[in-house]
Amino acid sequence: MAEIKKIYAEDGREIVLKADHLCIQFGGLKAVDNVNLEIKKGELYGLIGPNGAGKTTVFNLLTGVYKPTLGRFYLCGEDLTGKAPAEMNKKGIARTFQNIRLFNNLTVIENVMVGLANQIPCNLVQSVLRLPRHRKSEKEYYERALELLKVFKLDEYKDYLAANLPYGKQRKLEIARAMATNPKLLLLDEPAAGMNPNETQELMDVISFIRKEFDITILLIEHDMRLVGGICEKLTVLNFGTELAVGETSEVLNNPEVIKAYIGE
Amino acid sequence: MKKFTSLKNYISYIVIGLVTVICVILSLSGVLKASTAILLEEIAIKIMLAVSLSLVVGFLGELSLGHAGFMCVGAYLGGKVAYVLTQQLGEDDPILNIVILVIALVVGGICAGICGFLIGLPALRLRGDYLAITTLAFGEIVRTIFLNTSEESFGGPIGLPTPRFNKEWFYVICFIMVLITLFVIQNLIRSKHGRAIKAIRDNEIAARATGINVTRYKLIGFILSAVFAGLAGVLYSYTKFNVSSQIFDYNYSIEILVIVVLGGMGNIGGSIISAVLVTFLNRELANILTGNLAVLKDIIYAVILIGIVIYRNAPGLKNFREKYNLKKLFSKKKKTAEVTSDTVAKEEN
Repeated sequence: MAEIKKIYAEDGREIVLKADHLCIQFGGLKAVDNVNLEIKKGELYGLIGPNGAGKTTVFNLLTGVYKPTLGRFYLCGEDLTGKAPAEMNKKGIARTFQNIRLFNNLTVIENVMVGLANQIPCNLVQSVLRLPRHRKSEKEYYERALELLKVFKLDEYKDYLAANLPYGKQRKLEIARAMATNPKLLLLDEPAAGMNPNETQELMDVISFIRKEFDITILLIEHDMRLVGGICEKLTVLNFGTELAVGETSEVLNNPEVIKAYIGE
Repeated sequence: MKKFTSLKNYISYIVIGLVTVICVILSLSGVLKASTAILLEEIAIKIMLAVSLSLVVGFLGELSLGHAGFMCVGAYLGGKVAYVLTQQLGEDDPILNIVILVIALVVGGICAGICGFLIGLPALRLRGDYLAITTLAFGEIVRTIFLNTSEESFGGPIGLPTPRFNKEWFYVICFIMVLITLFVIQNLIRSKHGRAIKAIRDNEIAARATGINVTRYKLIGFILSAVFAGLAGVLYSYTKFNVSSQIFDYNYSIEILVIVVLGGMGNIGGSIISAVLVTFLNRELANILTGNLAVLKDIIYAVILIGIVIYRNAPGLKNFREKYNLKKLFSKKKKTAEVTSDTVAKEEN
């Protein structure tokens, strides 16, 4: 058993995610090179950078899709480096995907119920024999899923197939499904991609709301600077896999290096 | 929670239960012909095979072409156990017969389940065509192994002699097994485990990220599917005097797959109905097409399968499909088994 030692920042807030010199190399290409992250509890942290900077690769490292070549990371002090994706989720890291990955042939509510599966135990025998435990847990899945859908204003679509939802609602459903797994840290990969300004505004409201409601820490990748500037507290800017700038949102966005990386000289 | 207790969930049990009761009444009054009883046994076995394959193909989303292989394992090992026990203990006592049958079912089911586990292991790494080839090879390997056994062990090319359950009501046992199969597989599908299995089918990466243990559920799917195919195999061995490995060839696996595809992927009710239709059609065709014409049977299957695939996917038929959408017909009319069989028949044309 690895020792779990909670880490605290200087101001006394708990650090939920600490990434220490994360590197991953694909052949000769260093996709992520020496990235450090320190995200405090309840913080909304942005990860930005030009295309191909390695942002999604950082997410894939943090969710166990890839194993880092070098470096370790800790969730609430627990070393999770190299764990499998399902295990990462159980430990408390949930994510959404850049290109939406819903369970298309399940209904909206079933999508969320899949996310809840690890919260309420019910083993195979109990399910197959329809023991009371099964009925109780099914009822609880249903009710909790409905509650979550209400938060995301998706409850009226609960019996739609996920594939039949409009794009913006699919994005929201993905977040709802991730929230259903009761994460400590939520990773959002370009949640506003392909959304119109109204939908983006709505999404920003939802993100602010779930942050307060569920007391959750969020790490988010985004290209929409209005969204980033509007809700993120701190930013890390990646460029070619390395850290370009770290700090408070307003100062990072005015950093000449960052502007140069984004729009050139 | 009306949703979880609605009649729709139990309709397949009710229909099969009713059919069994009606058949028992008919056979008690002497109307049921022996040939019909044999057809009923065949139908029951096909339903078990189709429903169990549907778990892997329809719900887990993996293409398996070796289902006859699992059945073969069940038929040979279960049949052998039953044969040996019957020879040792005699075959007159009806209660003893039932006990032997149960032992044979347990042995056949477990052995097939172990094979399912072994096939499930590569399925964790292979997908699509590659897995299909692996399962296909498995089916052929199993068949060939039993073909090359010695006469004393499994009969080799002569075939394995099995105890014929010399009762005309054997189909009742077959239908009880169908009900057990349906009970287990439907309850599995309609639980959180079933949702996890369907989630893996829809998007494996997202399923992992949602905390689903993909390895575990894939193995569960393959093992359960194999167990019920094995049980069907044991029943099959009981309906024949002699189990020949030639039966469990590639075409048999395809036939089961045709049933599943015909009934609609991930639709257990549809699988049952198409199992009944195909088995019936099969027998009628076998009666009509004799001699050289017998080959036509396989061609007819192929044509049906190609027809369904074209019907499902052809862009030109989109309007037609929407007009005669199964689900729309369902929501308009009362949900009865007759409607389903009508619409499946329509789809066939």
